[in-house]
Amino acid sequence: MILRTLFAVWVMLTPLTAGEVRVAVASNFSGALEQLRDDFETRSGHRLTLVTGSTGKLYAQIRHGAPYDVLLAADAARPERLEQDGLAVDGSRFTYALGRLVLWYRSGAPTDSGTGDQQGSAWLEAGRFRKLAIAHPELAPYGRAAEETMQSLGVLESLRPRLVRGENIAQAYALVASGNAELGFVAQAQLGQGDGGLGRSGAGGTRWPVPAALHQPIRQDAVLLKRATDAEAAAAFLVFLRSEEARSRIAALGYDLP
Amino acid sequence: MSWPDLAPIRLTLLLATVTTLLLLLLGTPLAWWLATTRSRLRPVIEAITALPLVLPPTVLGFYLLVMLNPEAPIGSFWVRLTGNTLTFSFAGLVVASLLYSLPFAVQPLQGAFEGLGRGPLEAAATLGAAPFDTFRSVVIPASLRGFVTAAVLSFAHTIGEFGVVLMVGGNIPGRTRVLSIAIYEHVETLRYSEAHVLSAGLLLFSFAVLLSVYALNRRARFHVR
Repeated sequence: MILRTLFAVWVMLTPLTAGEVRVAVASNFSGALEQLRDDFETRSGHRLTLVTGSTGKLYAQIRHGAPYDVLLAADAARPERLEQDGLAVDGSRFTYALGRLVLWYRSGAPTDSGTGDQQGSAWLEAGRFRKLAIAHPELAPYGRAAEETMQSLGVLESLRPRLVRGENIAQAYALVASGNAELGFVAQAQLGQGDGGLGRSGAGGTRWPVPAALHQPIRQDAVLLKRATDAEAAAAFLVFLRSEEARSRIAALGYDLP
Repeated sequence: MSWPDLAPIRLTLLLATVTTLLLLLLGTPLAWWLATTRSRLRPVIEAITALPLVLPPTVLGFYLLVMLNPEAPIGSFWVRLTGNTLTFSFAGLVVASLLYSLPFAVQPLQGAFEGLGRGPLEAAATLGAAPFDTFRSVVIPASLRGFVTAAVLSFAHTIGEFGVVLMVGGNIPGRTRVLSIAIYEHVETLRYSEAHVLSAGLLLFSFAVLLSVYALNRRARFHVR
């Protein structure tokens, strides 16, 4: 009896026997992953569960034993550190997407300011706004890229008093979508999926795709975590993520590919 | 051991003080009305007052974002008045804290007023005291315990506020980054020693506050009865 109980407990505690893969995903990619989920589930027969947060937060959780199988980060640094910490499977890292940063004016962007590559810097220099939303630079790679962009344009220090920080890129998006900040640095992928805010359909507004030269590339890496070393579902998911079909959908959702 | 930036502590204490004073000012008439009225609206107002106790802070935070944004009536009125947005500002945090801590001020006061009974009030009226005079020289001294409990609980509850501020504060150092947010940020960025210092401080402070409330209540019981 005792043995049987112990066995039952052991079965319950053994991860992934049921063909489930639990993916910790950076906020910017969670909408995209949800769109990919159906495909993956019908093709592989495994179940996919998402846990969303800022990359920094997910990293801290994994360091403390959070039961995730795969991390889809918004940067390359955290997956690499997990590998060094011995928490990720060596050699399982790869870049699944390159993030694209967009400066989004929800409404009332100045129309008299520059065009093309100069447009956004003209907005920032003119400064006809009260608040500019970014993701937290230490927690979220899109936040750091936003700071680097302002740094390259030489406006970071003068704008600092007007920056408001969301805990992750989804919160930064929400601050702009709800009209509390006039503009913000968000992920290109969010603008395709997000709701434009209360009572508006689609993201709308005016967007300035930030030229890639203004910040370090946002290399988004995936990594297999130690607990899922031999898990079939997790392996199948990583294979799927590299498939041509998944890649073309990722590109269509607003990412560049390595 | 690295020491954390202490600005969040100052900000948090200021926020809690302002909130507590305003809550006593606004909560007293509300609690008095709830304790004495025979209106049919009473249960409705009581329920609304207690809502922040049961609603998750995310609900409060989300609706505040919706109501206080510069395009909404309240938000735009504030922008016209002060030139600043209500969200991401100290004033906005005060508004959020008033809502969030309202039941902690109103309920002890209402209890104290109800415990008073009609006797002393009628006696004062018979002796010719005007209503406000009665309130000042009879009600307030007799309900002092209620006032102290209300003040201490609102103060402590505001100190512990987290979810609402996370949503409407914008995490601006020196302006809206309160203690709980600073702790959260230290944990998320793996700066555990700073998180430890602030967390332990908050733990001791909260314990001291609760201990003093309970000790005070006990003493008051012995003295009054």
